[in-house]
Amino acid sequence: MTKPTAAEPADPSPGLLARARRRASSTIALTVALGAVGFGYAAIAPSSAAADQTPSADAQRGQQIYQTACITCHGRNLQGVPDRGPSLIGVGEAATYFQVATGRMPAAAQGSQIPAKPPQYTEEQVNQIAGYVQSVGGGPQVPSGNLRDGDMALGGELFRLNCAQCHNFAGKGGALSSGKSAPGLGTSTDQVIYAAMLSGPENMPVFGDNNITPAEKRAIVSYVQTLKETKDPGGNGVGRLGPVPESIVLWVAGIGALMFAVLWIGAKS
Amino acid sequence: MTKPPASSTSPTGKAAANGAAPSAKAGRLATRANEADQRLTLASPIRRALNKVFPDHWSFMLGEVALYSFVILLLTGTYLTLFFDPSMAETKYSGSYDPLRGVEMSRAYSTTLDLSFDIRGGLIIRQIHHWAALIFVAAIMVHMLRVFFTGAFRRPRELNWLIGIGLLLLSLVEGFAGYSLPDDLLSGTGLRIASGIILSIPVIGTWLYFLVFNGDFPGTEILGRLYILHVLVIPALLLALIALHLGLVVKQKHSQYPGAGRTEKNVKGVRVMPLFAAKGGGLFMFVFGVTALLGGLSQVNPIWLYGPYAPADVSAGSQPDFYMWFLEGDTRIWPSWEFRGLGYTIPAVFFPTVVVPGLVFTIAAIYPWIEARLTKDRALHNLLQRPRDVPVRTALGAMALTWFLWMTVLGANDVWAKVFDISLNATIWIGRIGMLLLPPLAYWVAYRVSLGLERHDREVLEHGVETGIIKRLPTGEFIEIHQPLGPVDEHGHGQLEYAGAPVPKKVNKLGSTGRAIRGFFSPVEEPSEVAAVTGGNGDRAGQRELASQQQPE
Ligand code: HEC
Ligand code: HEC
Ligand code: HEM
Repeated sequence: MTKPTAAEPADPSPGLLARARRRASSTIALTVALGAVGFGYAAIAPSSAAADQTPSADAQRGQQIYQTACITCHGRNLQGVPDRGPSLIGVGEAATYFQVATGRMPAAAQGSQIPAKPPQYTEEQVNQIAGYVQSVGGGPQVPSGNLRDGDMALGGELFRLNCAQCHNFAGKGGALSSGKSAPGLGTSTDQVIYAAMLSGPENMPVFGDNNITPAEKRAIVSYVQTLKETKDPGGNGVGRLGPVPESIVLWVAGIGALMFAVLWIGAKS
Repeated sequence: MTKPPASSTSPTGKAAANGAAPSAKAGRLATRANEADQRLTLASPIRRALNKVFPDHWSFMLGEVALYSFVILLLTGTYLTLFFDPSMAETKYSGSYDPLRGVEMSRAYSTTLDLSFDIRGGLIIRQIHHWAALIFVAAIMVHMLRVFFTGAFRRPRELNWLIGIGLLLLSLVEGFAGYSLPDDLLSGTGLRIASGIILSIPVIGTWLYFLVFNGDFPGTEILGRLYILHVLVIPALLLALIALHLGLVVKQKHSQYPGAGRTEKNVKGVRVMPLFAAKGGGLFMFVFGVTALLGGLSQVNPIWLYGPYAPADVSAGSQPDFYMWFLEGDTRIWPSWEFRGLGYTIPAVFFPTVVVPGLVFTIAAIYPWIEARLTKDRALHNLLQRPRDVPVRTALGAMALTWFLWMTVLGANDVWAKVFDISLNATIWIGRIGMLLLPPLAYWVAYRVSLGLERHDREVLEHGVETGIIKRLPTGEFIEIHQPLGPVDEHGHGQLEYAGAPVPKKVNKLGSTGRAIRGFFSPVEEPSEVAAVTGGNGDRAGQRELASQQQPE
């Protein structure tokens, strides 16, 4: 699930067992050291960020909304509430924007997949909540401005490689296992598509900037949105879902009309 | 030879032969024709052909629908070959479809895009071709059902049934080859599955795979090979088999339904000229009209939306064309049972994709002999049977059809799961349970319905048609008056024997009002004919072997 141009990670060079074991032990040491550094950073980073900044007026309004609508499930300090909602520290503006702008949050109840519904907040309020979550925990952000200036052809290739297996070639969505499904992208806005890639909601993988670069993300947005707007040159697109609706048209309209003809001609002897 | 039709047609060609004063033009034409005939002696074979009588029933036109869509396929396909290049060589698209400009793709895919966007009439011809292909296979299936449920495959027509199975198989392969050609994401996915199926065959799988693909998937050869199959080999085989198929229909004469004046030894219907030709021509126009309308109004196989094939890509909702879904469906519900032993591994896909269809088509092919052996009926049959008169066959057919339809439905289970918001895993279990329950249920229902329908027919023959007139007897009892269909015995019971022909069930079908009844979907009924069915038919039709009984050798 990588982009076509990205170099594959170098294969671990095939070696004898002994060499592999030696190598493994040094890898473990390195991992432990890195982990310690990372852990230490994580422990100080959020508090220092909060100390440095006084929350803006927008973020304060976001905080107010958070405290009325989200706190029961995500906790006073965004740390999450067991069995209700996950921690929001570090999910960033992108995830928050995605969840609230598509109406998934505030969630009404737990389910196998929290459904999208008409958003409860205005675009401005959504940005305020997202700003608040960003100000507390940091995390990926959706760039502002035009997101459709990418290379459509590249976007199409990336879309077929990374997204079509769940969202279908024309962004019509598809079923996943255990009652989950990838939604159609018919109503998704540019920002939502971008934010979805950054945050990877539910079963969707996160497509970080080192996996799909911002330019490539813009390319994908531009492909998805252009495809939605192009007309169907061949007549009625019958849902753009390929052979399934086509077969229904075949049997109902095609064979239906021909059976009519056959019965009718048969009656005129 | 055939007997002239009892009523409907008047002898044709009379006007031309003894027209009183032929114009100069017609005279010249006649001389020419005569000149030609002296050299080629065509007059009598042509006359014989034109005088052929073809029985008249709507269900006999289903094969024609398949035939006409095949003609449309040949015509539109020829146009497509002028612009399509089955090459797998890489190229950069530079045509007029924006979202793909600059993408690396095969020549096959880019020339299909050109056909769709840059070649005049290309898209509509492509779409007509694809719709005609779908109609072709669908019509073959419906035609086959007609042949099966009426017992038209019985002796002497077993060979034509076998040819039919060959035609069906060839059409499936032809369709698969066709939709694999554009090298789009769906067709590549289909080829990928086909390669997996080939590889799953024990012992010869790998070898066969290399024979077909000549290298790693997808290689560089497969499209060229499929192309030759699709435009040359299979159409030639189809054409030859269709010629044989129709030749046999002419030679053995078409079967007919039991009815007034119809026996095992005659054919009652309309002549080729002019009525049958007019009907056939009309139907051709209809088929052409329907495919053209669909091709112009309803998008099919929008390969530009699918994108070019790349082995790493796959899309949600990837389905083949409908006639392949049954394989897709039985594979999707098949448990992952892998066989290991004797040094071989047989992967689970082998069973639903090779063994099951192998069995299904073998049973279908030899069904005429199976039935002949079970019923010990080896007589020649030119009269068809109504499905109700052969409950066991009808029930078996219903069972097989239900299995096929259920597998077909399951071939798109991911789409149903998404559209109806059912869990994908649940659809698989629904599929498995349904496969065990639905076909036997269909058997039972079809069996019961057949018996019920036939019994009601017999009842009407015995007691007459309900008139709707209620009479009060002096005793105070209310009875409904029944109109007997023929002579009655001293108990008032009809003496007509059941002959496997339709029995009028309503008073206005009796012709008692003296008017011919012209239905929209039911044929014109001449009063005389009604009388023949209900009254004067006892002699011949009555003595004929009953459909549900066996004929001795
Ligand atoms: C009824 C409980 C509930 C409420 C109320 C609720 N959430 Fe959630 N939230 C959840 C659950 C459960 C998840 C995990 C969803 C999933 O995995 O699909 C979640 C996930 C999220 C995520 C994604 C986290 C990630 O890891 O990407 C964000 C962002 C979020 N919520 C924001 C909010 C905001 C903002 C509000 C208030 C407007 C809110 N939630 C209200 C239960 C709730
Ligand atoms: C493994 C399957 C999977 C892949 C691959 C995937 N997604 Fe998703 N996507 C999902 C699921 C599941 C959801 C629904 C998440 C939810 O409801 O919380 C989703 C939701 C979305 C949405 C939100 C739709 C809306 O308006 O509600 C967008 C946009 C989206 N994905 C875009 C993409 C793009 C672009 C890619 C490729 C870069 C991609 N997805 C790859 C599974 C996937
Ligand atoms: C390319 C596909 C096919 C074409 C073009 C075709 C065409 C026809 C036509 C025009 C007829 C005469 C009219 C009629 O009875 O409908 C016919 C008869 C017949 N067909 Fe087919 N057919 C095809 C496939 C099949 C298949 C798949 C079967 C069964 C397996 C089949 C079995 C028969 C039989 C047994 C008859 C004789 C019917 C009778 O005399 O009552 N055909 N076919």
